[in-house]
Amino acid sequence: MSTATETIESLVKQEYKYGFYTDVETESAPPGLNEEIIRLISAKKKEPEWMTEWRLRAYRHWLTMTEPTWQFVKFPTPDFQDITYYSAPKQAKDAPKSLDEVDPKLLETYEKLGIPLRERERLAGVAVDAVFDSVSVGTTYQKQLAEKGIIFCSMSEAIQQHPELVRKYIGSVVPYTDNFYASLNSAVFTDGSFCYIPKGVRCPMELSTYFRINAAKSGQFERTLIIADEGGQVSYLEGCTAPMRDENQLHAAVVELVALDNAQIKYSTVQNWYPGDENGVGGIYNFVTKRGLCKGRNSRITWTQVETGSAITWKYPSCVLLGDNSKGEFYSVAVTNNRQQADTGTKMIHIGRNTRSTIVSKGISAGRSQNSYRGLVKIQKSAAHARNFSQCDSMLIGAKCGAHTFPYIEVKNTTASVEHEATTSKIGEDQIFYCNQRGIATQDAVNMIVNGFCKEVFKELPMEFAVEAQKLLGVSLEGSVG
Amino acid sequence: MSKQPILEIKNLSAGVEGKQILKGVSLTMGLGEVHAVMGPNGSGKSTLAAVLAGREGYEVTGGEVIYCGQDLLALDPEERARAGVFLAFQYPVEIPGVNSTYFLKAALNEIRKHHGQPELDAMEFLTLVRERMKLLELKDDLLKRSVNEGFSGGEKKRAEIFQMAVLEPKLAILDETDSGLDIDALKVVSHGVNKLKRADNAQLVITHYQRLLNFIIPDFVHVLVDGRIVKTGGKELALELEEKGYDEMLKAVSGAA
Repeated sequence: MSTATETIESLVKQEYKYGFYTDVETESAPPGLNEEIIRLISAKKKEPEWMTEWRLRAYRHWLTMTEPTWQFVKFPTPDFQDITYYSAPKQAKDAPKSLDEVDPKLLETYEKLGIPLRERERLAGVAVDAVFDSVSVGTTYQKQLAEKGIIFCSMSEAIQQHPELVRKYIGSVVPYTDNFYASLNSAVFTDGSFCYIPKGVRCPMELSTYFRINAAKSGQFERTLIIADEGGQVSYLEGCTAPMRDENQLHAAVVELVALDNAQIKYSTVQNWYPGDENGVGGIYNFVTKRGLCKGRNSRITWTQVETGSAITWKYPSCVLLGDNSKGEFYSVAVTNNRQQADTGTKMIHIGRNTRSTIVSKGISAGRSQNSYRGLVKIQKSAAHARNFSQCDSMLIGAKCGAHTFPYIEVKNTTASVEHEATTSKIGEDQIFYCNQRGIATQDAVNMIVNGFCKEVFKELPMEFAVEAQKLLGVSLEGSVG
Repeated sequence: MSKQPILEIKNLSAGVEGKQILKGVSLTMGLGEVHAVMGPNGSGKSTLAAVLAGREGYEVTGGEVIYCGQDLLALDPEERARAGVFLAFQYPVEIPGVNSTYFLKAALNEIRKHHGQPELDAMEFLTLVRERMKLLELKDDLLKRSVNEGFSGGEKKRAEIFQMAVLEPKLAILDETDSGLDIDALKVVSHGVNKLKRADNAQLVITHYQRLLNFIIPDFVHVLVDGRIVKTGGKELALELEEKGYDEMLKAVSGAA
């Protein structure tokens, strides 16, 4: 094997930096799943009866379902009775009333992750809700947001404080019958973030959630719900990490977005769950259902994701374009290495007239990984003059990895236009030599080439996140010149 | 040769995948000199350029190369580049999404770092770049485009010489820079190369055709046939070659052997 290739391989073999474990006392439910456990979760969270019932309905439905097998990934079936469905850092009192009451060890964990919760240390303009295992440990900037009428809190809090909104919208985009993992999540979700942007309000700061799985053998089932009322605008960031463990851990989240007339939601993810070791031992199973509903006219939902972690990623952030003139966008960078597997993409469901969607997907495969793009563009009969543009590019690093593309297109309206472009390239030794010959070392050359390949997606990320994403790929920031 | 040598190739043998291509090439270049290496297809011209630049996959089986007093073959390709060896590629590669200005700034700063000079900031760099662009009659928008992406054949070659103008190498190797250029572009490129000639650098021009040497006047012409330099002479040798063709040259040489 050539030295350039070796260098690339060692570059992508960088160790997982977030693999530490925080020793905090936790309160956990016994492993396993039954109606008792669900009632326990619901009781722990002091939920109203309707919520408990909804969970139980989801659970009963889940029992009738079987695991999906259509995705292009291989893994042993998780033992759902071996998972701990509720794990929370133990508190002296019931819940922290302010950040001062949060366990300092937890705060330390977030510091290590580079997300200091304390407001005075915050980078200006980002409000954070951090979810540690199953509970939300503190939401910054709540007060400033409340002045604008914006609600940004944990899901548990929202269920108690704003039941009317939660009841109206939860499951309205991803019903509890939607799919195997979404049903499971509906039954056992423990926390997550909730956000409501009132009419005509433009959220003055980026909102952010940070998820972390800490406890062993626990699953993380968070549920996020974001509603932008008429004319509302919000940009939301999500980041994820987990400690290194030999066993696989399940992360089955549900994210629902609802955009009413003229509203805009931008949802950006940097997912860096522990991917397992070089031989594919351990790592997170990331089976996530993310869907946005462009309910109102001229509404717009943008998904941007940078997926570098997880042993297996299985997610399709989608848009249902119901409102006339609404717009859905999906920008994705998915990197797989070693034995990682990713089957990710999007669904754009056009229902309203003049609806538009854009899909830009960049898959980078290295090591022995398998990276698939799977996307559906569906134009319903009602969607006159709908338009879609899809671009799916794959880059291969080394000779043992795979890149796959599964585009599905269904068009039922003759006035619609759908475009699909796809390319596969291999990171060229010619390109690397060219850079070398100009004085640029191989590692920097690879960074530059990969960064260039992902440029269209990175430019969609909020600045702060773009930097993190580039770092994650081991990429130096591409200059401001030119 | 009275001038201080910048490059001494001594009995260099090299090949690819076990196939011997260079079979004992010797060539010495002095500072301020322009040398041309001419030869038919398959004679080893591009291999010579590749070996000097350190391209992977070429195996050196004998001989040595001394560049500015040091063993060139012991250096990695990027170390050679930083030490002032520049290869103008016959087929410059495209690097999609990587901005040309960013790329060139990174390259220049690597070279400056190597020489213990401070990195140029964005403004200083842009000033330098604008000035050098005039030399190659390049349009400003090239700086905003990705490296070589969507460039025409002529633009790519001009961009190579433009990079050379910015990086100011001590030893420039031009690998078939004339191929694919029309006469106007050839004049622009040659003019650029000539402007970059100084007393403290040297140029090694590799070409199949004599026509480039109407514009870039070499001090020495070497004829490379079947991995060996069979004849060395002044600029008039190029004309002789053009007239007689490589076959006759080869016959004359093998007859003499």
